[in-house]
Amino acid sequence: MKRLLILGAGTAGTMMANKMRNNLERDEWDITIVDQFKTHYYQPGFLFIPFGMYTKKDVIKPKSDFFPVGVNVIYSKIDKIVADDNQVLLDDGVVLKYDYLIIATGTRTAPEEVDGLKDKLWYKDIFDFYTIEGAVALANYFKTWKGGNLVVNIAELPYKCPVAPLEFVFFADAFFTERGMRDKVKIIYVTPMSGAFTKPRATKMLGDLLEQKNIEIVPDFNIMEVNNDEKKIIDYGGVEVPFDCLVSVPTNMGDSMIERSGLGDDMNFVPTDKHTLQQKDHENIFVIGDASNIPTSKAGSVAHFASEILEENLMCAIEGRPYTASFDGHANCYIETGYGKGTLIDFNYDTEPLPGSFPFPGLGPFGLLKVTRMNHYGKLLFRWIYWHILLKGKEMPIDSEMQMAGKKL
Amino acid sequence: MSIKTIAGVNVDVNDEGYMTDASQWNKDVAAGIAAEEGVELTDTHFELMDWIREKVATGDTLTLRGIGKSGVVDAKQFYKMYPGAPLKKATKIAGVPKPTSCI
Repeated sequence: MKRLLILGAGTAGTMMANKMRNNLERDEWDITIVDQFKTHYYQPGFLFIPFGMYTKKDVIKPKSDFFPVGVNVIYSKIDKIVADDNQVLLDDGVVLKYDYLIIATGTRTAPEEVDGLKDKLWYKDIFDFYTIEGAVALANYFKTWKGGNLVVNIAELPYKCPVAPLEFVFFADAFFTERGMRDKVKIIYVTPMSGAFTKPRATKMLGDLLEQKNIEIVPDFNIMEVNNDEKKIIDYGGVEVPFDCLVSVPTNMGDSMIERSGLGDDMNFVPTDKHTLQQKDHENIFVIGDASNIPTSKAGSVAHFASEILEENLMCAIEGRPYTASFDGHANCYIETGYGKGTLIDFNYDTEPLPGSFPFPGLGPFGLLKVTRMNHYGKLLFRWIYWHILLKGKEMPIDSEMQMAGKKL
Repeated sequence: MSIKTIAGVNVDVNDEGYMTDASQWNKDVAAGIAAEEGVELTDTHFELMDWIREKVATGDTLTLRGIGKSGVVDAKQFYKMYPGAPLKKATKIAGVPKPTSCI
């Protein structure tokens, strides 16, 4: 028996387990997937929790619901990968050998990376919304919050779901307006980037939205520390922003197992060929999703598009053929803008988000870089698609490669 | 893309004034760009520039975190050396492309 081992049963790992079980004969290939947790979180839903739109039960299901028949599932922490020996050591001493390895261990928030962030105000006046605990704590906090400076800060690049903090401030604007207390809340978006986003057109469009919604932006801010006593954040250049409530997007790092395995960069992301998705030094190791260092968004949509490329290339590797698929960095992000509307961006390594219609040229139904009600419905509908189609590795009516048709230059 | 004369040397620069040909760079050119950016160069600046140029030559992405771990300076000193926008100024003066952030 040959062995395919998948580390991590989040979005990317689960999709790959489903796809590869479909491709590989059960009497020839053993497929094993390892994860330390039994619960699958619908992470795009975390954003909705602080504003009371979703609760915890809306975003959790057992991971076991999504594994195909014929895949071995091991719930365990991973000690490390010993790439030179083609084996993985689990925490309890179990050794797993592999012919091919897929690393899909994702990224985690690391609030301990910024001085004073995870300190005495943590989950009292300082929150994150990238964990279920943080999102739920913030929902409870907002129920009785009297207002003041609401500071949303991105600690460092790269971070998961790059549009989420923007959506957060758009939602916050609508939430506090609907509660009749927007005049008591000053919303400040503090980012290490030079504007609302990285690429020119999306930055302009999203920057204009911030202005329309009376959200202040503090750009080029690289946080050095959080002063808990004076309730302010301070950057390396000495700029200070006082807060009453701080919502942080902490530093994102790859799993510490990557570091123990000696396979990571200085943020524990795995150096990966951005087109083939093969790990840089080992021909039988592939990396998918947030765990890799490829220069595109850390997002479920990227993992989804990449999964189709990896499925094809892994089959090439197994059958001894040259790689036939090449990943273009395709990302597709619905952006909630509040009041039941949203916008949408679609881009890749080389093409910035452009205006137009998606997925059907001229028809839509979704509008790129436009604020529409349909885009919001797209985002809500996506939760159903995620649980029922995407995780199970089924075909979606969207090309994995980014399309120029429907876009305006 | 245009050609600019810095410290008596003709160098290729892009729209934002970043050099596009690393081989045209020398210490005098660096001093010329630094003067335009309001930065006075010290030995530490040059030591860090060597580190930056080496890093970029190997294809690595420059980040504030990386510079903080360079062993030459820490992040706070880096800000003092290039007030305002350290990463942008430091790369411009070192004659390497402006770091792109991908999110």
